[in-house]
Amino acid sequence: MATERIKGAEALIRSLIAEKTEYIFGYPGGAIMPVFDVLYDYREQLRHILVRHEQGATHAAQGYARVSGKTGVVMVTSGPAATNIITGLSDAMMDSTPLIVITGQVASPLLGSDAFQETDVVGITQPVTKWSYQIRHSDEIAWAVARAFYIAGNGRPGPVVLDIAKDAQTGLTDFEYKPCQFIRSYNPYPEINPSEIEAAASLINAARKPLILAGQGVVIANAEKELAQLAETADIPVGCTLLGLSAMPSDHPLYKGMLGMHGSIATNVKTNECDLLIAIGMRFDDRVTGDLNQYARQAKIIHIDIDQSEFNKNVKCDVSVLGDARAVLQALNREIAPASHQEWLDSFAECEQVEIEKVINPELHPQKELMNMGEVVRKISEATDNDSILVTDVGQNQMFSARYYRFKRSRSIVTSGGLGTMGFGLPAAIGAKIGRPDRTVCFFTGDGGIQMTLQELGTIMQYGVDVKIIILNNNFLGMVKQWQALFFNKRYSETPMLNPDFTGIAAAYGIAGERVATREELDAAIGRMLGHRGAYLLDVQIDPDCMVFPMTPAGACVTNIMLNATEKY
Amino acid sequence: MTDKTLYTVTVYSENQVGLLNQISIIFTRRQLNIESLSVSASAIEGVHKFTITTYSDRETIEKLVKQIEKRIDILRAFFYTDDEIVFQEVALYKVPTDKLLDDKHIEDLVRKHNARILEVNRTYTVIEKSGHTDETQALFEELSRYDVMQFVRSGRVAITKSTVEHVSIFLKEQQYRQAKL
Repeated sequence: MATERIKGAEALIRSLIAEKTEYIFGYPGGAIMPVFDVLYDYREQLRHILVRHEQGATHAAQGYARVSGKTGVVMVTSGPAATNIITGLSDAMMDSTPLIVITGQVASPLLGSDAFQETDVVGITQPVTKWSYQIRHSDEIAWAVARAFYIAGNGRPGPVVLDIAKDAQTGLTDFEYKPCQFIRSYNPYPEINPSEIEAAASLINAARKPLILAGQGVVIANAEKELAQLAETADIPVGCTLLGLSAMPSDHPLYKGMLGMHGSIATNVKTNECDLLIAIGMRFDDRVTGDLNQYARQAKIIHIDIDQSEFNKNVKCDVSVLGDARAVLQALNREIAPASHQEWLDSFAECEQVEIEKVINPELHPQKELMNMGEVVRKISEATDNDSILVTDVGQNQMFSARYYRFKRSRSIVTSGGLGTMGFGLPAAIGAKIGRPDRTVCFFTGDGGIQMTLQELGTIMQYGVDVKIIILNNNFLGMVKQWQALFFNKRYSETPMLNPDFTGIAAAYGIAGERVATREELDAAIGRMLGHRGAYLLDVQIDPDCMVFPMTPAGACVTNIMLNATEKY
Repeated sequence: MTDKTLYTVTVYSENQVGLLNQISIIFTRRQLNIESLSVSASAIEGVHKFTITTYSDRETIEKLVKQIEKRIDILRAFFYTDDEIVFQEVALYKVPTDKLLDDKHIEDLVRKHNARILEVNRTYTVIEKSGHTDETQALFEELSRYDVMQFVRSGRVAITKSTVEHVSIFLKEQQYRQAKL
């Protein structure tokens, strides 16, 4: 392939196009202007979504990446723009989301001189990125972009930062794009060790009370079929982590619910009764395990993960299997003997019955005037035939939607898991809709979280992004209030919120919406929202005393489960 | 701070800018203090070697090394206890010359500690000694009666006693992986 002499800025844009980038989420500024100038010529091939704050660009790219499986691309300027992306980078790092974030940087002769809008981007971002690199010369651009895509999207995905000095953007280079296929110091897909497969298979084949814990690794590896095959062949119940939700359909007979603090009673209780835990692409987060000293001590543990550093990090495993979840499960499934664990599976019914009676029924069919979050979530899920994409913010809205939304297919939830970023949802919903325009996107948020990135309503307006926004509005920072109610003597320190008229704000952005104050109005309002072409905002008034249960208090044993404010399981 | 052992962590990396920062923040996150550090080219062209000592328990050091190895430009990382490596440090001592000359024991001292004199002038003398920390420390304590003006000890350098060269094997495996593509 012949090389062409072009400017670094054009080399960057053409490198992104060579990697089949369709969208950039970004915001222009001084140190990145040469690239935005070139983008103007390529605007038909490479669409730019102008967000209203750089943090929104990162979350939008995350939403886009999570639903599409592609790498999200962000482009912002230097200094304050670069510091505004830190939350999104940290979030993507924790939740293994492939992102490439391009930051402008002052010209290389000015580096280190405290130049206008200079900040040490590589230094700041190293702890929260998979790779962070400063490009000081136009000749490095094609190489660095190729490497960035390879690193962000392969192995355990994660965010990559490319910090491009202004003179590298304006300088000339002989452009020739070669995708990266190999990095000596990084093997994203380690070869599977047959002895590890053998050891895992023999534990599974011998187990009498096995339990699968499925995480986002299953989704990232596109291993949903292989997961179902393992579960069905060996008759093993499955619990999903928050980010693993939708890896298995909600109505699958072997699916037993979400794990962790607000997960199903059954998956938590059975964690401490099973004889074998099979953890697939999950990392034993403390919100899943509670007290590690009382977590699954009776069980043998198989840990399947692509990231070696996850083994024995939190939970000591008996067998670790390093590799891509799909490849591992394919190899494992060949060694698994059909089995039946009817008695073990039947034993889940007791937990499930208690949960239905004590938690789910009161949540979905309350005998009171004020509305619950769970009932609103379930109604909207069902109104979309349980086949829409759920985007959440963080807090009660997140836990209620994770619990009561139902899923038919994979890649149907976008939520901030590890970092728990309030304000994540609105921009993430924008990205999710852009990534999957064919699917309905329902975004559940709280009155607190939506105001953290509220300005992205402007992005929705400008690009006509059709997201359904449901504010579960209790005029409180609900999750903090819940902890105050349960653990801080009902001292509601700084959690009540005086809120604006959200539909009025939406209207100012040309976004349709309505306020729903009573249960009687809800169905019709949901119908209008889903029938409306374009974005729609529902401001649903929720019982301020609403609390998410079941709940395992932070740091407690997984079986230490509160059914409500007064009863324990 | 019980059950802490001095571990020597060796890290082999590509020659990229900013790696020291990437490594040191992993120590910081786990609140491990770096006792000594040395960085140099390794025997393998283009491969840099970091030798870091830190007090830790075994579980923490295992996790730390895996976190270091996870960084993209790191080739391999290992940890060792003192019995698994041959290691050395070098120390330099700057001592007032007049005080040394007044003392009749200077020859004994140099011989006993297997030290060397690198430079002498009217004002000061620079003595060098290599060895383990306790050995360089012992000389420092003996010299302190001459009012040591400056004392510096290098980071540890270490070579494994193992007969297997893990990094060379790793690089061969990577060549094979590349060839298969």
